[in-house]
Amino acid sequence: MTDDKKDAVIRVENLSKAFVLHVQGGARLPVFSNLNLEVAAGESVALYGPSGTGKSTLLRSLYANYKPGSGQVWVRHDDDWVDMAGAAPHRVLEVRRRTVGYVSQFLRVIPRICSRDIVAEPLHALGADLDQARAKAEALLARLNIPEAMWDLAPATFSGGEQQRVNIARGFVADYPVLLLDEPTASLDAGNRAVVMDLIGEAKARGAAIVGIFHDDEVREAVADRVFDLSKERAVA
Amino acid sequence: MDTSSPLLRVRNLTHAYGNLLACSDISFELHSGEVLGIVGESGSGKTTLLNCLSARLAPTNGIVEYDLRGRGLSDIYALSEPERRLLLRTDWGVVMQNPRDGLRMDVSAGGNVGERLMAVGARHYGAIRQEAEDWLTKVEMDLGRMDDKPKHFSGGMQQRLQIARNLVTKPRLVFMDEPTGGLDVSVQARLLDLLRGLVRELRLSAIIVTHDLAVARLLADRLMVMKDGKVVETGLTDQVLDDPHHPYTQLLVSSVLQV
Amino acid sequence: MSAAQQQATEGDDGYNFAYLDEQTKRMIRRCLLKAVAVPGYQVPFGGREMPLPYGWGTGGMQVTASIIGRDDTLKVIDQGADDTTNAVNIRRFFARVAEVPTTESTAEASIVQTRHRVPEDPMREDQIIVYQVPQPEPLRPLEPREIECRKMHAYKEYGLMQVSLYEDIARFGEIATSYSYPVMVGDRYLMSPTPIPKFDNPKMDDFPALQLFGAGREKRIYAIPPYTKVKSLDFDDHPFAVQQWEEDCALCGAEDTFLDEVILDDQGGKMYVCSDSHYCARRRAEGHEGKLSESAARAYAAAVGAAEEEEA
Repeated sequence: MTDDKKDAVIRVENLSKAFVLHVQGGARLPVFSNLNLEVAAGESVALYGPSGTGKSTLLRSLYANYKPGSGQVWVRHDDDWVDMAGAAPHRVLEVRRRTVGYVSQFLRVIPRICSRDIVAEPLHALGADLDQARAKAEALLARLNIPEAMWDLAPATFSGGEQQRVNIARGFVADYPVLLLDEPTASLDAGNRAVVMDLIGEAKARGAAIVGIFHDDEVREAVADRVFDLSKERAVA
Repeated sequence: MDTSSPLLRVRNLTHAYGNLLACSDISFELHSGEVLGIVGESGSGKTTLLNCLSARLAPTNGIVEYDLRGRGLSDIYALSEPERRLLLRTDWGVVMQNPRDGLRMDVSAGGNVGERLMAVGARHYGAIRQEAEDWLTKVEMDLGRMDDKPKHFSGGMQQRLQIARNLVTKPRLVFMDEPTGGLDVSVQARLLDLLRGLVRELRLSAIIVTHDLAVARLLADRLMVMKDGKVVETGLTDQVLDDPHHPYTQLLVSSVLQV
Repeated sequence: MSAAQQQATEGDDGYNFAYLDEQTKRMIRRCLLKAVAVPGYQVPFGGREMPLPYGWGTGGMQVTASIIGRDDTLKVIDQGADDTTNAVNIRRFFARVAEVPTTESTAEASIVQTRHRVPEDPMREDQIIVYQVPQPEPLRPLEPREIECRKMHAYKEYGLMQVSLYEDIARFGEIATSYSYPVMVGDRYLMSPTPIPKFDNPKMDDFPALQLFGAGREKRIYAIPPYTKVKSLDFDDHPFAVQQWEEDCALCGAEDTFLDEVILDDQGGKMYVCSDSHYCARRRAEGHEGKLSESAARAYAAAVGAAEEEEA
């Protein structure tokens, strides 16, 4: 990687992905091929397109949650470029820990860990001391209208919306240079949706590159600088 | 900054019982702070592999190297036996599936934890006891049971004691064979949570053999999927479980019952 | 005619000198040499059947039989006493099969075979003490696997022994082990000093006489050469200490000997007397005198009263 024009932090190059379902007779489902995408620091890109065009698959490939068939996902990690599609696992984990934050659609509940600590964990893992991380977690939970009484509870019994807000707080607790957001406002009421939009705006303002899927047109228009339309870009039938 | 050398390096490891290949041509590296899960069905060679990795079963072929303090990567089977035994009770830990294999059932809980300290020369009773208390507290044991023998403990307690006994010398690498096997789900959850916390807090590296994908998801950063003695797929845990490529891994993932 | 052949042709009732045949004695002596060369290390030997059961000192007897000569004088003690069954029988045995003089005096003996005690009288460089050993392996109660025990010795991995002392303190508040108290010999081998009371452990350290140990059933021999360092295991904050008694010997008044408690009646009457019977007798002959405790005097008076009543 030599070409660092306009502060790019993500560069997707010739990315292709297909699923092969061995359990179902080896059916092959191509999702997209030869995608190219570049995202700059402070820029917000919305992945767009009808269901089945590969928005989630692309987002997950950026996080190395899915393994693309070919192509590269370059992410700027400190002063290096790391190919999330090809780097060694411990390297990818390091990038995830320090550079790329990911808000999934659903919270993966960890038994017995209270919501405050679930939120504080990524910040603590970055080296912040526990009290400091917890304080920031509490501020975020309060902002997302999670009542204080629930901070000491494990979120297994929370409602879907509550779990989602805990999940969002966890994604925003550390100041990642790159944020990947998978429908962060789904199942949120208007008030909380506004909070999330503010959080995204603040992340952009501090220079984070954001790639997200936003079903809600209003949200998308408010937070996205540009739209990446997979129905046009995916290049598979 | 990918300059760190691995903590453990395995090259072309093969172990055969007579004509039966229990594990075949396995190579991988483990870096400091990583937790590697080895998954696969019974008989896939997981435990044989773990025994070979943890210096308890010399492989038929291949090399297992560990980053010894002050010596760098060294072939563990080229070490002398006392060096290997010292490694196993200081810088390494082994948590057995059956606590009977990993604990002294007729020695008190405190003595079980203190043994590794005494083995490396601790000779101050008060200090040993204090350290044992600290560790028993860390694994959420009731200190009132400190002088009781583990043969009177429940399975979950025995397993937590085994963990304390192994971690007391602050090992860098811990091997675990089905650490939650045979426990009730609620007890399992508590143990998993405890392990997860300890692994993170102590920046432990670990290799965990399990057939339970949920355990793997919770504890492991990376997975190695084994079938018939071979590694059929490797990758980040969430990658392997969410986007499995090998037919066997797909079968394994799709076979998990949802609650 | 060699000395061995000459010996072989003599002896009582057709037995070889000192009962064992010369080849066996040679084998045992080789083991003894190895044991002396590696202090504290258990040397396996081809134990023979002796004319008494295991547990009665067959190991010690085989060692004694292998080292005894015509010029030797033998003393045998059991729990410190010269006049208990085991001691009397072993002494008679050697008087018969080796025709050596026997004695009850520690100073006069050249070989002392013992069960459970080291004599109170000091021993000299020209003497040998032979211990009868029931269980030579100090690690055995903790580690049942023989191979593992041997590895622990080979690699000097003795943390486990410390665990047993830890268990004592955890349970009783102090190291409650009072006999078979483990020692390190020459800073290298962990050794069981046989079931002698820990009171005798300090005597083994820097001891002028050669100390030999024979375990008949387990077929092991070990040794401590003269003037070898023998250290009892302990913790920094729970140092090794020997037993103490609240009274002195009721017979000879000794204040620094190992005492046996003798129960006199069922009213709590008891007295303490030296376990080393010869030492106690000699002191009394020298004019030392002990004093009966109140409870012992009461028991004595009651016993005398009952006897008189019976007579009357």
